[in-house]
Amino acid sequence: MTGKTRRRRAVVPLWFLLPGIVIYGAVVLLPSVIGSGYALTDATTGDAGTFIGLANFRTIFSSTDTVGPLIQTLVMAAAVMVLQNVLGLLLAVALNSRIRSRNWLRVLFFAPFVVSPLVSGYLWKYLLDPDGAVNQALSAIGLGSLRQPWLGEPRLALFSLIVAVVWQFTGSTMVIYLAGLQGVPQDVVEAASIDGAGAVRRFFSVVRPFLAPAFMVNLTLSLIAGLRLYDQIVAMTNGGPGGSTDSLSTVIYRTSFEFGEFGLGSAMAVVLTVLVILLSLVQYLGLRKQARA
Amino acid sequence: MNRYRWRTSLLEVVMVLAGLVFVSPIYILFNVAVKPRDDQTGPLRPTVHPTFSNFGDALTGAHLVNAVVNTATVVVVSLIVLIGAASLAGYAIARLTSTWSKAAYLAFLLGLLLPFQLATVPLYQAMRAAGLLGSVWGLVIFYSAQLMPFSVFLYVNFIRALPTGFEEAAQIDGAGPVSTFFRIVFPMMRAVTGTVVILNTINIWNDFFTPRLYLSGGDLQTITVSLYSYVGQYGSDWPLIFGGLILASIPILVLFLILQRYVIKGFAGGLKG
Repeated sequence: MTGKTRRRRAVVPLWFLLPGIVIYGAVVLLPSVIGSGYALTDATTGDAGTFIGLANFRTIFSSTDTVGPLIQTLVMAAAVMVLQNVLGLLLAVALNSRIRSRNWLRVLFFAPFVVSPLVSGYLWKYLLDPDGAVNQALSAIGLGSLRQPWLGEPRLALFSLIVAVVWQFTGSTMVIYLAGLQGVPQDVVEAASIDGAGAVRRFFSVVRPFLAPAFMVNLTLSLIAGLRLYDQIVAMTNGGPGGSTDSLSTVIYRTSFEFGEFGLGSAMAVVLTVLVILLSLVQYLGLRKQARA
Repeated sequence: MNRYRWRTSLLEVVMVLAGLVFVSPIYILFNVAVKPRDDQTGPLRPTVHPTFSNFGDALTGAHLVNAVVNTATVVVVSLIVLIGAASLAGYAIARLTSTWSKAAYLAFLLGLLLPFQLATVPLYQAMRAAGLLGSVWGLVIFYSAQLMPFSVFLYVNFIRALPTGFEEAAQIDGAGPVSTFFRIVFPMMRAVTGTVVILNTINIWNDFFTPRLYLSGGDLQTITVSLYSYVGQYGSDWPLIFGGLILASIPILVLFLILQRYVIKGFAGGLKG
């Protein structure tokens, strides 16, 4: 290589990394390591506790007070992920068409995303009240027999929570799919159309591969958000009825800061962490394999 | 297939109807909030004689002015720290190829997955020991660190797509790395800085778990905390509560409607990576 074609690269000092790493390391990484250590102790609010090995984890996996919320967390995360992506993708495809209201509808479907989950939770609590708007609307259109105690019955309450969360975040999922759809070259789609491929066939064979990055981002984001649900639960059900809508996050807060059991609460946080990392890793590897195939 | 045909108009009708159903909870929120006490009509029927007294009551009852000032302070100070530190780190990670910068990036990526609950107990104890519970500074420290990985991630993605020519030219002309960064690189990152501002503002403004924990027992309140205690106080007086919910959401909703083009674009573009 001659001196003429070689360009001098701009100097970037390593210390540029320092402010970010120091803040993040001191306030997130270090306490996370210490917190993982607490998981092996019986520490409480006023007491540093002693080392008790994996006893906290045995408690977590043998008590129905924690196994229930663990399963509910997984159910909510899976349901939120699937519904949000199916609806978000359908909306994106519909709004990627020629309809005149598409820009309005895009803003409208995205809007709940900017509202606080706590606010949206309270709103849904009101809507789903036994005398609330949903039951009133059902009566008004002659479907009064479908009226339900939406938040008063365990299975229904879990379902209602999922609906409220999906309502709030489907718009954000849609927006990412829309960005993906806009990157699909139109001439390729038209060529497939001329070759006789129908709309469904065109979507799965031609468009879908272009959406691989959007699938990855959306599935990962909705999975992580679903596993961490907290604010909406506090606003809508506070875990009730009878703990049927508790998630790991609500139980962690209660255990650590209402009952003061720092050790057990930290162990639950470790379980949540392992779940998040493991599931998103599995999903990442699965999707990458699919994208290559 | 690009023309507006009867099938397109059918789709248009279906989507507008879906949009109306989708937005009906927000309509009900506003409709109930302006319904007078003696109006016994249901939540769906439009209020004929709207009253605005619920807003006034919520404003004083939930101390919302104070809460907005506190929340805005936390947002602004956290954003300054986040933008400063994350843009520097993002630039270094995008341009350097050393082991250290790669390790730093991996550490930040791990932070995208790490639930903050893992750090909560030790951090709570440290904040208590440092006398930071019940102050805006405890929250600023928390958000500056917690939202750092995501902000760095956005900057790295953006800078990697940026040409290096301007930086090289500046340094050939004798500029040092610091002035190269502030005078050449940082101004070129306006778009992604906008995304960082918008997404982190929404995040901090709406967060409830953190202020609930770090402000508990004190007088200081952020918006979500004051709403929470307001709802606790008025139980099922929904018109009054909805007045509070609306007032608390209006600043961020107005900001969104003004900037909607950038918010949506920034959200999708920043994450597409």
